[in-house]
Parts: sequence; C-alpha cells; structure tokens
Amino acid sequence: MSGPQLRHVGLNLSDSDDLEPGEAETGLYGFWIFLMSDAILFALLFAIYGTQLAATAGAPGPAAEFKIGGAFVETLILLTSSLTFGLASIAMKYDRGRTGLVTMLCLTLGLGIAFLGFELSDFATMVSDGATLDRSGFLSAFFALVPTHGLHVTAGCVWIVVMLAQIAAFGIDARVKLNLLKLGLFWHFLDIIWIAIFSVVYLQGTLG
Amino acid sequence: MSAEIWYALLGRIDAKAFPFVRAWDNPTVSELIGAFAGALVVIGALALAALLTWKRWWRPLFRDWLTSLDHKKIGIMYIVLAGVMLSRALVEAVLMRAQQSLAVNAPGIVAPEHFAQLFSTHGTIMIFFMAMPFLTGLINYVVPLQIGARDVAFPLLNSISLMLTAGGAGLVMISLAVGEFSTGGWSGYPPFTETAFQPGVGPDYWIWAITLSSLGTTLSGLNFAATIYKKRCPGMHLMRMPLFSWTALCTAILMIFAMPPLTLATALLALDRYLGFHFFTNDLGGNVMNYVNLFWLFGHPEVYILILPAFGVYSEVISAFSSKELYGYTSLVVATMVIGVLSFTVWLHHFFTMGQSADVNAAFGIATMTIAVPTGVKIYDWIWTMFRGEVRFTAPMLFSLAFILTFVLGGLSGILLAIPPIDYMVHNTVFLVAHFHNMLIPGLLYGMIAGYMFWFPKAFGFRLSERWGKIAFVCWVAGFYLAFMPLYVLGLAGMTRRSQALFEPDFRPWLLAAIVGALLLLGGLVSLFVQLWVSVRDRAENRVPIGDPWDARSLEWSVPAPPPEYNFALIPQVDRLDAFYWLKEREQAYAPAGPYRDIRVPRNSWVGPLVGLTGTACAFGLVWHIWWLAILGFAGLWAVVIARSFVRDTHRIIPAAEVAAADRRWRDAAWATGAVPRQLEVTTANRGLAKIFPSEVPA
Repeated sequence: MSGPQLRHVGLNLSDSDDLEPGEAETGLYGFWIFLMSDAILFALLFAIYGTQLAATAGAPGPAAEFKIGGAFVETLILLTSSLTFGLASIAMKYDRGRTGLVTMLCLTLGLGIAFLGFELSDFATMVSDGATLDRSGFLSAFFALVPTHGLHVTAGCVWIVVMLAQIAAFGIDARVKLNLLKLGLFWHFLDIIWIAIFSVVYLQGTLG
Repeated sequence: MSAEIWYALLGRIDAKAFPFVRAWDNPTVSELIGAFAGALVVIGALALAALLTWKRWWRPLFRDWLTSLDHKKIGIMYIVLAGVMLSRALVEAVLMRAQQSLAVNAPGIVAPEHFAQLFSTHGTIMIFFMAMPFLTGLINYVVPLQIGARDVAFPLLNSISLMLTAGGAGLVMISLAVGEFSTGGWSGYPPFTETAFQPGVGPDYWIWAITLSSLGTTLSGLNFAATIYKKRCPGMHLMRMPLFSWTALCTAILMIFAMPPLTLATALLALDRYLGFHFFTNDLGGNVMNYVNLFWLFGHPEVYILILPAFGVYSEVISAFSSKELYGYTSLVVATMVIGVLSFTVWLHHFFTMGQSADVNAAFGIATMTIAVPTGVKIYDWIWTMFRGEVRFTAPMLFSLAFILTFVLGGLSGILLAIPPIDYMVHNTVFLVAHFHNMLIPGLLYGMIAGYMFWFPKAFGFRLSERWGKIAFVCWVAGFYLAFMPLYVLGLAGMTRRSQALFEPDFRPWLLAAIVGALLLLGGLVSLFVQLWVSVRDRAENRVPIGDPWDARSLEWSVPAPPPEYNFALIPQVDRLDAFYWLKEREQAYAPAGPYRDIRVPRNSWVGPLVGLTGTACAFGLVWHIWWLAILGFAGLWAVVIARSFVRDTHRIIPAAEVAAADRRWRDAAWATGAVPRQLEVTTANRGLAKIFPSEVPA
C-alpha cells in the first residue's frame, strides 16, 4: 500500500484535484484486470479458430480467401494509430495544452475508421466470393475472431469520440486524464491482438 | 400483411406463448401445473406492486435500496435475490422428485417436455441465480468490512453487476409466464440446443439469462479483486487478511478467468442460432467438442467459485464458535490458492466418455484426485481449530459440522468418479446427481446458510432465532441424506439421470425415500423463512447494537451493528492477524478515538437499475425476435453508460461532526453495556459486547 508516489507509468494523478487518494491507481488496476479477462476471450477465439482451420466443409479455405496485401495495409494503419495515441499520451503527460492532444486523438480516430473501412471491404470481397459465415466451421471461426476485434476497434472509436466531447466539456481534468489512460491501454491492447490475428490468421493462412 | 406487422411489433409472441392459453386448450395436469407457475409469477408481481403502492414503499425502495451504491445494501439485495430463486428451484426439485416417484411404469403428472424444462431451470437457477448471488452477496457485504475498507473499489460497477444478474434472473422468471424454457439442461449442450432440434425460444431464454449473469459475475470478480488488492486498510497485509477474504480473493480471480469461456460459449451458440454460424452444428464443420470444452473450462473452476467462499465462511464460523484462532492459517491460505490453480486443470473429467484417449483421461483423472489433497488439509485444519476449543453448538456451527462429515462423503464418491473406468460405468446416472448434490449442498448451501446466520446480526443489528435455526438445520441435513443417498444406490443400479419415466419397479422404494427427503429440504427452506419472520418479530429483545455478538476476531465485528454507511468512522490500523481480538484482550477495542474527518461516500445512482432494465429489455427482444426492442435496449444501455461518464458530481460528504457524534455515541454505549460470557451468547443478555473467553496460555 505504501511506496513511491509515482503510481503508474507516465502520469502522476495521485494528488491531483478531485480524486480520492489511490483512486487513479485503483481505477487503472481494475482496467488492467478487465483487459486480462478480455484477453482470455480472444485466446479462446484463437483456440477455436485453430481447431476449425481444417473444417472448411468444401467452402473456400484460408489460402483462397486471404490477401496478405490488404491485411498488411490494415496492420500498418493500426500500428500507426498506436503511435498517434502514444503521442496523444505524451501531449497529455507534459501538459502541452489541448490542441496537440485533440489533434492526435482525431488522427487516431481517423486511422481507426480507416482500418475498419479496409477490414469491411475485405469482408465484402470474401462474401462476394461466396465465403460467407454460414458456409463452414472454418468461416464461422474466422468471422467470430476477426470481427470481434473489429467490434472492439469500433468501441474504441466511439470511446475516442466520447473523450473528445469530455475534453470539450471539462477540459483536461483528472477524470478525463484517467479515462484517456484507460482508453490508451485499450487501444494498444487491440494492436497486440491484431498482431496475433495478422500472424495466426493471415500469415499462416497465406504462407503456411 | 397484419401478420408481418405483428411480427415486426411482437416478434414470435403469439397466444400459444402463454401457458394459460396452452392449459385452456389442453387441460392436462402438466399444462395446469405450468399455468399455475406462470400465474404465480404474474400474481406475485402484481401483489408486490400493490403492496409497494399501498405501503407507499416505492420511493424508499428506490431511494434506499435499488439506486444505492453501498456495498452492504447491494450485498443484502443479492442475498434476497438468492432467497427468491432458491424457493422456486427447490419447489421444482420437489416436483421432479414427485414425478419420478409416481412415474414408475406410469405417466406421472409432468409431461416429458415439461420435465426437461424443470431440470433445466432447476440447475440453471441453482447455479447462476441462487448460488452465485448468495456468495456474491456475502462477499459484497463482508469483505470490505473485513479488510477495513469503506466500500468496494468500484461501487457503481457493483450496482451494475447486481442489476445484470437480477435481469438474468428476471428473464428466467418471465419464461414461466411467457413462452417456455430450454430443455437442454443447465449445461445447454449443442447440437440439442441448436435450432435444428429446439427452434423455439427455450434455449434463447437460457442463453441470454446466462449471458447477463456471466457478464455481471465477470464485473463482480474484477471489482472484488481490485478491492482486495487495492483497498485494504494500513497494515492489512495479505497474510493478515481473515480467511473469508482470502477465499473471496481466490473466487474473484477464478471469476475473472473462468467467466469468459462461458460468455463465449453462450455467445457462439447464439451466433449459431441467430445468424446461421456453424460452431456446434452437426454439419458443415461444426464441432460440438469445442462447446463442451469451453463450457467446462468455465464449469469446473465454477465449482470452486461456489465452494471456496463457503470454505471461508466455515473458517470464520468454526474459529468464532470454538473461541480459538484458526488452526493452520497459512496452510489454509496455501490450500485455497492451490485449489484455485488446480481447478483449471481438471475440466476434462466432466466428459471422460466423449472419446479422448485413455492417456488423456488418466492424466485428468490424476489431476482430479490431487484436489483432494489441499481439501483434506482444510478439513484437518478445521478439526484442529475445534480441538480443545470452547465449542458452542449454535446453528451456524452445526451447519459447519454437518458440512465436514457430509462433504467428506461426497469427496469420496468424487474420488470414485475421478477414475475413468468407474466413470464410464456410472456416467449419466443419478450416481453423478447424488455426487454433485453431495458436494454442493454441504459445500455451498450449508456454508451460505451458516454465513447468513453468522453475519445476520451484524447486518441488521439483531440475532436470528436459534430455535428455528436448529429446526432448519435438522431439516436441511436429514433431508439431504434422505433425498440423495438413495440416488447413489439408484445410480449404481443403472438409473439414468433426467428420466421423466421409469420402468423398474425395484426403484420405487428408493424414489419414495428421496421424495420424503425432498419434502424435508422444502421444510428446511420454510424453517428459514419462519426463522426470519420470528426473529424480525422479536427483534427488540435480540438486539446486539455494539456489534460483536459471537466474540469473533476480524474487523467487521469491531463496528456497530448495523454498521454505519461509511463502515469505519476511522480507518483501522492493523499490525497482526485477528487485530480486533488482540485489542479486545487488552480492553482497547472501544477506547475513545479520533480525530474524525469528513468522509466521502458515493451518491446514489440510477445507472445500475437502468443498465439492468435496458439489458433485460435487449435480451427479451432477442429471445422473441422483437428486433426494435433489442436494438433499443442495447442502444439505451450504452447511452446510459456514456451519459454517466459526463457526471462529475458523484460523491457527497458526511461531515466529521456527524461521524464523530455517531461514533462517540456507540463507544459510550459499549462502556455502558454489560459484556456477555459465551454461555449466554444465545440469550437476550447478548447485547453485542463480548466477555473475552480466557485466551490460551501464551507460549
């Protein structure tokens, strides 16, 4: 319970305005636990995907459907969005005012939406090829795993919009900072999941 | 055209959805029983609403309870929910026992479909809407008090968890009056629960009720873990926590890790049913084993989510009613955590017969038996705690003793089942039913009842009737043995579980013994309600305002009964295990204290009830394919959550003067009250101030 005053990476919220002592620490800790639970969800989706790889039931399989080029572009977009979120966190940490933070958040939001656009067009191509989710166990597993990540990114985008509104309403107060820290964790977490999807789904599917 | 409008507005609901219409069309005993149950739900809801209106209790209900973020009130509401659901599921159990005892070469009273719904709702309710709310309620109430905290880490999340769980329970209750429930058992195995075999709403009710509850439970686990890791009072090191808090921590960790597989299993089953995915179907590459593995990846840790808090209760109860410190505290902690880890290594023993190789089965069989080791350690620790103690046979203590004996018996049949060849012989028989009831009734329910009786005086300020507690004890224990020992015999004789009709006349005597047992168990439940009623009636004589009726050792007993909203006027400082007992021995427990400070407590919030309401509306819409309702519920839920994130004024201040006045009043009362010796603790002389039993000779 004791220890140094710097309670978590980057930002020290422990003695800022209206927070209870330890509230920032507890809040972030709770969010880490949530991410852990979410990570288990993804781990299980990956496991199911693994067991269903061969269950193509005559429908198009991984080699036919996955295009490494599109997935690579999506990867670059998402990794760049993590960079811009990191820059937003730094802008917040060093109190560089609202403009930098908001710009970086908007950039991240744009990249997130771009990622979703590319992903949706991938899905549309698959569907037009006849690779729909009701064709086989394999396609079911694919359309559970990858869109679940996509839904998380969508939630992240909505969250960024909410945070932009909160910054407009309250400025950058302790609670906004705390929420942005959690959102940052969430965003980087989705990046890590995507790297696993890129490796397990797309690389394995096209190269393996 | 009108059919299309009907479908757009009300989805799949038609006249046949209502059991009253079905019973009118086809007045068999089975349909009439269904209609009667549906009528009970409707009349019960109307009667409750009328009572609230007549007594003008609506406003207090919302102001003091439903919108409260106080962990103590949320805990009590969880336990009320558990009590309501226990009543329904126990009546269903009696009905099933009645059916089987009547249906030997005869049709009995309940039709096969109806019987299948009964065992599905019985299991679903007992696990998700009786056991889970009960233990979550106890943890909610007790843990913050035990670790010297003013509330849980996330009070609003706590309210949301409660309301999601209550929404799930509500959905199961609604299914009695509108539609039907799944016939696929509490585990809902596909492909039987797929649309190909059950196109109706039954499995959908099951899926969404479970999903609401599992989301609530995941959030509860997160909340408890953060509370225990981050909100302990100064000096409360992990190894100074009371054992109940330890078991709560372990249960919270298990919830965090074990609930996602369940959420995923039900979500994927829903995708199969709603969108035509092929996860668990028979054709096009679906794989049922994925469901079975997911379900038991949750299901086995779930067993320990259920049992560990009860172990914690027994540790507290046995120590308090033996006037001794817990024997082998460290070994109990280690055993708890070992059980927590091992619980993730044995899930396969739930499906030994499903075709994996003998080597795999052997590995999981051995892992299963290993769990007996830490459990055995605990049993011995409890026995040694009683050894040479000042043991008093109060009702909670009697439940604890019955647990020790009965649980060991159930454990022995568990060792039998852990041996794959034997499991092949008795798989899917009532031997298994006997075994898991033999674990969960003593290993969960007795513990919850013991905890309820033990902490009731703390929560409400007066003791429960000992006499009715003992009557309940006799019913619950005798009822258990009569109801379930015959099932061991029947299972070995080959009686399959979940049988609506039987064809072996030799089974009848055993089935008759079992129905007598089931009726005794029902008597046990009634005794609990009588006990509550009698105790509320006689509360004036049985008050224990000072707050320590049992001469117990941990911090929750160091505050008034009932505790103030903020729990502790001054956050305690702890420098050892059982710090409160140490203070009592030195007569410093009620010494003047100070200085007092302003205390910040969370304001009430409508977010929890609204999230529960919108979540349940969404689920109901999904069940009946009322898409506008589902979309509205989902959008409403997130709108509430997002709107809440814009609320800044979330706390209010209780002034130091008010805190000081209340605390000084209580401390003065403690000095003015006569301390009660242990021999008189169940008499009206007990005002909640304990005369210390001579502690052991210092080493």
